[in-house]
Amino acid sequence: MSAALARLLRDPVSALGLGIVLFAVVVAFFAPYLAPYPEDAYESHLLQRLRPPSAEFPFGTDNLGRDILSRVILGTRNALVVAVSVVVAAMAIGIPVGLVAGWRDNWVSDVLMRLTDVFLAVPQLILALALGQLMRPGIETAMVALALTYWPFFARTVFAETRRLRGALFVDALAGIGARPTRILLLHVLPNALPAVLVRATIGMGFTILTAAILGFLGVGAAPPSPDWGLAVAEARQHLPEAWWFPTFPGLAILLLVLGFNLLGDGLRDAADPRLRRSRR
Amino acid sequence: MNDSPMPSPLLAVEALSVHLRTDAGLARILDDVSLTVPPGRTVGVVGESGCGKTTLMRAILGILPRSALVPRGAIRFEGRDILADCAASARGRIGFVPQDPYLSLNPVFRAGDQILEIMRRHAPGTRRDHRAKLIELFRAVQLPDPEAALEKYPHQFSGGQRQRLLIAAALSCDPALVVADEPTTALDVTTQREILALLRRLAAERGLSLLFVTHDFGVLAALCDSVTVLYAGRVAESGPTRAVLDAPRHPYTRLLLACHPDRASDLTGIPGTVPAATAQPAGCRFHPRCPIARADCANAPPPLLSLPGGRSIACPHHADALPEPALA
Repeated sequence: MSAALARLLRDPVSALGLGIVLFAVVVAFFAPYLAPYPEDAYESHLLQRLRPPSAEFPFGTDNLGRDILSRVILGTRNALVVAVSVVVAAMAIGIPVGLVAGWRDNWVSDVLMRLTDVFLAVPQLILALALGQLMRPGIETAMVALALTYWPFFARTVFAETRRLRGALFVDALAGIGARPTRILLLHVLPNALPAVLVRATIGMGFTILTAAILGFLGVGAAPPSPDWGLAVAEARQHLPEAWWFPTFPGLAILLLVLGFNLLGDGLRDAADPRLRRSRR
Repeated sequence: MNDSPMPSPLLAVEALSVHLRTDAGLARILDDVSLTVPPGRTVGVVGESGCGKTTLMRAILGILPRSALVPRGAIRFEGRDILADCAASARGRIGFVPQDPYLSLNPVFRAGDQILEIMRRHAPGTRRDHRAKLIELFRAVQLPDPEAALEKYPHQFSGGQRQRLLIAAALSCDPALVVADEPTTALDVTTQREILALLRRLAAERGLSLLFVTHDFGVLAALCDSVTVLYAGRVAESGPTRAVLDAPRHPYTRLLLACHPDRASDLTGIPGTVPAATAQPAGCRFHPRCPIARADCANAPPPLLSLPGGRSIACPHHADALPEPALA
């Protein structure tokens, strides 16, 4: 694993991705201490509306006079929490489905994989909008919708690896010495799928942040006054083109974090797969 | 090879039948197969693809698929029935060299750790003993840099090296019997020779019995004391290798050997194909393809006839000459 990390860091592009993601994690963790005006998450100061960037407010202020830099910093935590929760929830559904479907060779497998196909066919945004209408629009609804549409990717990845290894001799040997299927699957088959799952998860983080921002923009994600990046871009629409700083900085934050996750995901794919270790330099 | 009477067998497969439940019905993979491996001898099992070689081996190793049924038969190893009695299982006393070395080891764990785990389970001694012994075994199978090999992952070895690694694994718990499933088919010809020579040397040095499954008569002639020819899950013929290869008696063996490029003037092959395991013909399973088949061949499975010289043949008409075109 340390060898894989070293290889990851040797590639400047992947190292940049890792750097961006780590930076975002640190910012999210210490957000209330880093933000110049932490109370601006919920308070408004109508006397200083839409001030351009200055020494006092490096990113300017928004339509309610709140410091945009503070809100971008505070929004990092939201973005990461949403991304991690959605991906973890998707993995919690997708990995067991993939393992069971790959291991069994009967109607159970067929039912699970067809179900996966059905969910794969549902467009993310449409489902999120529909759920938002059915339930209360909000960040929780958006997260449910994102998790429900992202788990099939994990199920398919794990399914393929389980199918490939099910007939492998080491699996037969384990069964021969009396290992239970759960033990074989979790301890011996799943680690083979882990590099692919890890890459999927990393790219999924970036994807989720982007989609969550889109949902915020459409009004079915985070609700005001939450310092959500997508929401900030949506609120800024009425004040364009004069208040150019209002959507630009939250937008750049989205761009940067999504880019970071994607670069890291690509780097991980190259570095962490044990079957590629020898062929890649 | 010597002519002294065979000592009591180390492994005896007795009238073993193995059936598999499939979507197309019950597949009778093995039917009434008997086979013995005396101590210190090398026995070959030969036959076409799909004749039940692999299932026979898996039954011996106790890794039959979950859909398998064993309606009849026994497998005795060192006198105990290892098929019926789990407690009497031969674990650690039977080594296995697989056909495809690629997915025989889990790619995410170090090869050395995987073998050491088996040794912890089956071999006496401490971890340090096991490690020292494994390094010595790696040396015996001529793996380059044995100490470094312990720390490598399976994909870091070449095909031939991986096969050597698995031979070392098969020997790691001091087995009395090593079962080898076409251990050379996945390798190129020069590596094949080296691996065969290695197996022969190790078997001789350690007094091992070998059960060697192959479809290569050259390998058979070079390595095995006696041979059992399987056809469609039944024993067609068995006996000392030299005798069987020099003077095959069962029509199937005769035709099979006539197909060998060294012996055949042109590559004709045996007409027809091996029957599907779910739709075996009645009577002798070879009769639809047999040039000397008679009406009674379709009635009942032919009994295994004993012949002088330790041979047995499942064909009552084995004395008949084959028609000319079949042996052209």
